Amino acid sequence: MIGIVGYGSYLPRYRIKVEDIAHQWGRDSETIKRGLLLKEKTVPGLDEDTITISVEAAKNALKRAGIDPGEIGALYIGSESHPYAVKPSGTVVAEALGVVPNVHIADYEFACKAGTEAMFVAYGLVKADLVKYAMGVGADTSQGAPGDALEFSASAGGSAFIFGKEDVVADVLDTFSYTTDTPDFWRREGAFYPLHGGRFTGIPAYFKHVLGAGKAILERSGYKPSDFAYAIFHMPNGKFPLTAGKKLGFTKEQMEPGWIVPLMGNTYSGSSPTGFSATLDIAKPKDLILLVSFGSGAGSDAFIFKMTDRINEVRDKAEKLKSMLENNRIYLDYGQYAKYRGKIIMNE
Amino acid sequence: MPSPGYRREMPQRYRLEAAKCKKCGKVSFPPRLVCSGCGSREFDKTKLSDNGKIVTYTTIRVAPAQFTTQVPYSIAIVEVDNGVRITTQVVDCKPEDLEIGKKVKLVFRKLYSEGHTGIICYGYKAILI
Ligand SMILES: [Zn+2]
Repeated sequence: MIGIVGYGSYLPRYRIKVEDIAHQWGRDSETIKRGLLLKEKTVPGLDEDTITISVEAAKNALKRAGIDPGEIGALYIGSESHPYAVKPSGTVVAEALGVVPNVHIADYEFACKAGTEAMFVAYGLVKADLVKYAMGVGADTSQGAPGDALEFSASAGGSAFIFGKEDVVADVLDTFSYTTDTPDFWRREGAFYPLHGGRFTGIPAYFKHVLGAGKAILERSGYKPSDFAYAIFHMPNGKFPLTAGKKLGFTKEQMEPGWIVPLMGNTYSGSSPTGFSATLDIAKPKDLILLVSFGSGAGSDAFIFKMTDRINEVRDKAEKLKSMLENNRIYLDYGQYAKYRGKIIMNE
Repeated sequence: MPSPGYRREMPQRYRLEAAKCKKCGKVSFPPRLVCSGCGSREFDKTKLSDNGKIVTYTTIRVAPAQFTTQVPYSIAIVEVDNGVRITTQVVDCKPEDLEIGKKVKLVFRKLYSEGHTGIICYGYKAILI
């Protein structure tokens, strides 16, 4: 079977609490915490970006895969915060990992879905026998405009997945994508912060695509929600994924391990992939896992994975997501956060 | 444009590539033409371990122009597990968190960028573990 041979994640150590953002803008933090089910979010350090996050996540994936990086024939980084407008993130990542020069590289963009897109193409190339191994990464250092609701959730982190045919830890049983042109969220070239189209963000965007992809993959695979050990849905806030999962017939218990958004925030392209990574950290052989991403614009990628015995051999070879979420946290106040995120106008 | 040195030093800055003497086994970082241990000129390519410990450190409070937003920050001499000593910034901590002997891990970070429009230069830094 073709599937994941190694996986890994990375989260920055810096955090800001919902209370501190709410206080800055005169909002009631309890209402926001209850409404969005968020407590705090990750913040990238001054010296971190999508490239450095991708490198650290990929190093963890390589530790678990135990393969020679030189055998990776394709490497794709999905992000909406690539540091350069022109010049790929992937080339820096590949150079840092020792994957160069015999490799195909591209950066993907599709709002929050770019990570699963990278995974989808990496999987497809291995399936087509064009490369022995392929890596797909979803990473972001997302920004919400000051005072906007997105500022409570937009965070930083990422996950990397290496696909191959031998020594697989999670077989890919099926994939499905569901896409329409929906103007729910966008950022024009050169604009610093994204905008969202209010009434377009919930039902016609997130739920339509997540449920569309989820229902379709269940139908064509013949699996029922109760056949799955775990399910992960894109996490723009705490509430949406739980509502979507429930509508599809999944329980809170099936979603809990991958529902990391209350402490992590929404890492955009890294959101559902990192929830999936946290789930791989605890999944058992033969477990079925459903992963459904969402990207504004809009679309969802769905995957069904089946765990193999090898997961027990590899999971302890790199730091687990829970440890990254809960250990070594450094809290910033709003002023420090504004400086870290480049929200303060400085002289050159 | 970044200096030609940045491109040339990428294997060391990005991947911690070092040279191990074929004769006496001494690891040189950055790689050298002649082994400082035995004078041999034959090396195997190797990689520094990304784990190490702090040998000594100092805190920078008055920084060069590129780094003024980062003060106070710490620079340490780190001995990695292959015995090689490197000088590096220690990040994601306060200066008072540092102690001689504390364990660190080398991570991939932005070193500096050439203003808002220039190239971003990357390399290794250390974090406490
Ligand atoms: Zn020698």
